Amino acid sequence: MAQRLLEFLARERPAALVETGAHVGDEIAVVHREHLVDVLTLLRDHVEARMNMLSDLTVVDYLGQEPRFEVVYQLYSLTLKHRLRIKVRIGDGADECWVPTATPLWHAANWAEREAWDLYGVRFEGHPDLRRILMYEEFVGHPLRKDYPQNARQPLIRRPDAPPTDDQTTRLLPDSHDRRVS
Amino acid sequence: MAESSASYVPTLLQEAVNWAQKYSLFTYPFATACCAMEFMSVMGSRYDVARFGAEFPRFSPRQADLLIVIGTITERQAPVLRRIYDQMPDPKWVMAFGVCASTGGFYQNYTVLPGADQVIPVDVYVPGCPPRPEQVLDGLMALQKRIQEHRGHCQQEIGNTAAIGYTDRRKLPILQDGTSMTLLPDERMPQDGRVR
Repeated sequence: MAQRLLEFLARERPAALVETGAHVGDEIAVVHREHLVDVLTLLRDHVEARMNMLSDLTVVDYLGQEPRFEVVYQLYSLTLKHRLRIKVRIGDGADECWVPTATPLWHAANWAEREAWDLYGVRFEGHPDLRRILMYEEFVGHPLRKDYPQNARQPLIRRPDAPPTDDQTTRLLPDSHDRRVS
Repeated sequence: MAESSASYVPTLLQEAVNWAQKYSLFTYPFATACCAMEFMSVMGSRYDVARFGAEFPRFSPRQADLLIVIGTITERQAPVLRRIYDQMPDPKWVMAFGVCASTGGFYQNYTVLPGADQVIPVDVYVPGCPPRPEQVLDGLMALQKRIQEHRGHCQQEIGNTAAIGYTDRRKLPILQDGTSMTLLPDERMPQDGRVR
């Protein structure tokens, strides 16, 4: 069913597409970053697509591959009952790890993009309020990146006589954040 | 004769107070996860924790003397748990309900506290994922035995003063920076220029 959408995209925005395909029945379109907002706007507004719901926005970390990250948009049309998955591939450099925000298109993108920033460190340029949503402000790094140490903890508070744990990299957050209780 | 009776009477009084306290526990359920379902079962008529005098949950820590940590505690929530504990009046006891509250359970990662005893003292650990209600009752009876024998953590810390309802605040745990309460994460100022 969504094969028609891929043909629609190939007809309307041929320059935006990197590749298209399908996996276990779900149609996928990989697009260039510079055309992302254009493609999303087209899919939301065009009478043939009407993707009026962003059901999820996630990131996948393919550590060791180039480009490293894939930002995934799961779109759904509540009126036409079809789905499409949009992907953008980005690198992990400081000037590479970003995509334009989709918050003006769907308000559902607001918190999803904050979560993606919090856990993967992907910046969403133009986001109205890009700050951590799950982890605490003092947290350093992005824990769902594959190169984040598996046992690293960054506690906010500990008793000095707390039982030992197996973690190799346990440390309290430094200086004024140190809420060690006695 | 007079001296021996003088030393005997406080001990007898202590035992009587401990006996009264162990059958009159006011619980504060700090329920965060699926273990709360089993806690409801414990509180309900089938297992009926009222038989042990602990049937009356108080949803204010200022009116409770038994803190039951039910479920997973995250690192972000740990200061809140400490604050709840600090708000409870003495004497007070803590039960870790289920493996997550005891050790972190199968969540061994960046986000889950490896046991509530990392931030507050714990008297009784009830294992299980979730524990059967019988296990919880067993843990409660173990706690009652501990109270009767005057081995609860607060009884150890503040000594006999608990018996006559007086607590020396100077002996209570305080934070290293001199305040008596933890700050919540959103009450703190970020110290560096990181993107928020």
